[in-house]
Amino acid sequence: MSDDVAVRVRGLHKHYGQRRAVDSIDLDVVPGEVFALLGPNGAGKTTTVEVLEGYRARTSGEVSVLGADPGRPTRAWRARLGIVAQDTADLAELTVTELVRHFSGFYPRGRDAEEVIAQVGLADDAGTRARALSGGRRRRLDVALGIVGSPELLFLDEPTTGFDPEARREFWKLVQSLAADGTTILLTTHYLDEVEVLADRLAVIASGHIVATGTPRDLGGRDHARATVSWRDPDRPGGVATEATDEPAALVGHLARRFGGEPPGLVVSRPTLEDAYLDLLEGA
Amino acid sequence: MSTAVAPPREGPPLPGVLRTSLARTGLELREYSRSRDAVIFNVLFPVLFLFIFGSVFDGDVIPGVPFVQYFTAGMAASGVLLVSFQALAITIAVERDTGTLRRLEGTPMPRSAYFLGKVGLVVVTGVVQLVVLLACARLFFDVPLPATAGDWGTFAWVGVLGITAGSLLGIAYSSVPSSGRSAQAVVAPVVLVLQFISGVFFAFPSLPSWMQDVASLFPLKWLAQGFRSAILPERMEAAEVSGSWQHGETVLWLAGWAVVGLVLCVTTFRWRRRGDR
Repeated sequence: MSDDVAVRVRGLHKHYGQRRAVDSIDLDVVPGEVFALLGPNGAGKTTTVEVLEGYRARTSGEVSVLGADPGRPTRAWRARLGIVAQDTADLAELTVTELVRHFSGFYPRGRDAEEVIAQVGLADDAGTRARALSGGRRRRLDVALGIVGSPELLFLDEPTTGFDPEARREFWKLVQSLAADGTTILLTTHYLDEVEVLADRLAVIASGHIVATGTPRDLGGRDHARATVSWRDPDRPGGVATEATDEPAALVGHLARRFGGEPPGLVVSRPTLEDAYLDLLEGA
Repeated sequence: MSTAVAPPREGPPLPGVLRTSLARTGLELREYSRSRDAVIFNVLFPVLFLFIFGSVFDGDVIPGVPFVQYFTAGMAASGVLLVSFQALAITIAVERDTGTLRRLEGTPMPRSAYFLGKVGLVVVTGVVQLVVLLACARLFFDVPLPATAGDWGTFAWVGVLGITAGSLLGIAYSSVPSSGRSAQAVVAPVVLVLQFISGVFFAFPSLPSWMQDVASLFPLKWLAQGFRSAILPERMEAAEVSGSWQHGETVLWLAGWAVVGLVLCVTTFRWRRRGDR
């Protein structure tokens, strides 16, 4: 296994009796990127990630995470990972500083607690018990515990579910700062805007299958898809003209000449990430 | 299948078991001291009962040996099981349910450090509890402390065996409650019932013999008898059901339960909730 992939998955299966939670998945995550696993609830995102984290035994398939088999986790291997699991509420009676310092002690490269707390934006709450933190700030504590060991690979499992819009934007900034430091991040989410902001690459997962991989810009071929141009035209039914075209600029130029200026109500659009995503899920 | 061994990396070594276990004990103590119900119903419970029973029953078990002296040994035994078996079974069940165990499983913490940290917590709370109990019994109820170095030695080995067996059984029993919420209800009656049949609330010889036989299968009876042998005057030995302190049997029963607990821990301990696989 070469070192140029952080995660390599081939033909991963996880079955529970007759139910195929994960049904043949291939994935490659390269070092330094933010890779998003996007899919609806119950698609198999968390199951896949839990196999990679060493929590779940797989039914079959070839899996390598940082060059090792997560089915046989060792302490040295765990020391290179950071895990931020879904909705946690444990360790309620301990303070932020106590917890970050304590978890730092588990790692060979444990970081200074104060520095990590500042990095996740919890300096104001350093002495606050976990139970008293708001949802968003509780999540920051989880991230602090995930990064305190200087991980090479960080798992973030649906990190912003239940956040208000402002808290999500703040949280995204935190993830971007971690990515800027060179941490490889594997993120699962069902939010498209989150993927658009954070991910370098993504895979869409539905019913245990990967239905597409790509970047947020080209997912499902949306960068090549025909553009739609529409404008107001009293002669057309409904008063609006709509044309699909491969050459939107030429069409707009033609319209501008025809109207002798700005075409009224002009809109040029391409399929959004959401359009591409919903198309993919429909086809799945 | 890829290779199972991570490529060797230079850098600092993984933290050792001793260091992480001590850190665990420190954190456990902090967490424990902040949960008021645990402190009151666990550590202080025997002291509380000493005051209630000691004030209500002022008769003698046999002439010259007041009930409160007999009861002090019983409360020491109950206290050991409360801080080891009961405290661990409940807190570990809760930690499994809330995901603390799962979180720790995902870190490079040595697995043994978790258990040694718990044992550290039990030893500290157990010693504090026994010291407070003996001091209160001495100061407020004139219960004599163990009379000789030999008696203190007996008190110590009974305590160590009790804490060992209780801790291992508590860790094993933590898998029985199906959720953290039910843990208290599933765990607490165990020690409570044993207290009634093991010579804690009632003098052991006054119990029906079938009850004595049942109690003899469980650790609390042996713990209480062991502590009695350290606290009561020598002439009380004749008042035991067998007419002896039975130190040999006590060691065998407590060590036997410790081995049972250990085997159950090793074979059944789960870091995650039931069904999480």
